[in-house]
Amino acid sequence: MNVGIVIVSHSPKVAEGTADMVRQMVGDEVPLAWCGGNPEGGLGTSVGDIMEAIDRAWSDAGVAILVDLGGAETNSEMAVEMIGEPRSKKIVVCNAPIVEGAVMAATEASGGASLREVVATAHELAPA
Amino acid sequence: MTETLATIDLKTLVAACAATISAHADELTSLDQAIGDGDHGYNMKRGFDALLAEADALAAKPLPDALKAAGTKLVMTVGGASGPLFGTFLMALGKELPPEPDRAAFAAAFARAVDAVAARGKSEAGQKTMLDVLYPARDALVAGRSAAEIAAVADAAAEATVPMKALRGRASFLGDRSIGHMDPGSRSSALLVRTVAETLGV
Repeated sequence: MNVGIVIVSHSPKVAEGTADMVRQMVGDEVPLAWCGGNPEGGLGTSVGDIMEAIDRAWSDAGVAILVDLGGAETNSEMAVEMIGEPRSKKIVVCNAPIVEGAVMAATEASGGASLREVVATAHELAPA
Repeated sequence: MTETLATIDLKTLVAACAATISAHADELTSLDQAIGDGDHGYNMKRGFDALLAEADALAAKPLPDALKAAGTKLVMTVGGASGPLFGTFLMALGKELPPEPDRAAFAAAFARAVDAVAARGKSEAGQKTMLDVLYPARDALVAGRSAAEIAAVADAAAEATVPMKALRGRASFLGDRSIGHMDPGSRSSALLVRTVAETLGV
């Protein structure tokens, strides 16, 4: 089973558009989910939505989360903590640009790479 | 302080905090528009309105459980980084407090809860964040200062973020342009410290 990818943006449009680009690259070979927007639908992120997206993209091989700005990262880390062990040990919030990171991570995942390899591929895109 | 904190009326405390945030929501959002993404006041109001809606259920729980539930509620409803940050504070406070804490136990738990916020935000003092209010408030609490003194310390600490350059959070993108504006999270923290201190009268 391939590593799953979760896309978390402040904007649902950015999250959905990024997911479209990932799908174009890897089709249905990678479990994929996205979420965006605060609990009222405005710009922001929702811990509950992130937890549900992780469930949808769940893979026993693990899940890599790509985020846009700070609040998305903090809320994603909170979501992982609330999901708790043992699953939380198989979820990584990546430090990478959201679009490039999601596409590269998913491409790596589609070849059967491990969670560690998928995350490393995304991290290579991070500014030094 | 002679009474234990477990005897305090949690419903009154939640209502007071929600009223403070509601009254200052526009101000907090204006501060956030200057150096952030302009949603802090609305986000905090959404979170504290959700707490207010559950005040009866929260008040029925033992204090540690009530704080953990309130923290979880903020995490799930705020929608910005302040959700996990304020939520982590309450969850950690609930985890660290004994069921019937005295002032010393409260101060010790408060200190650990501030450390939990620092870990959640991967931040430290001097970066123009809510920690720049929480650390001085902790010091005043641990030193046994009065409620009025703690509130004054928190207000002064929020004011002291004005000349700081933001090194964490959305404001850090602005670099030197973040100088000259009060940090919104410091302002909301000071407002809540004052409200809690005055309500508890610690």
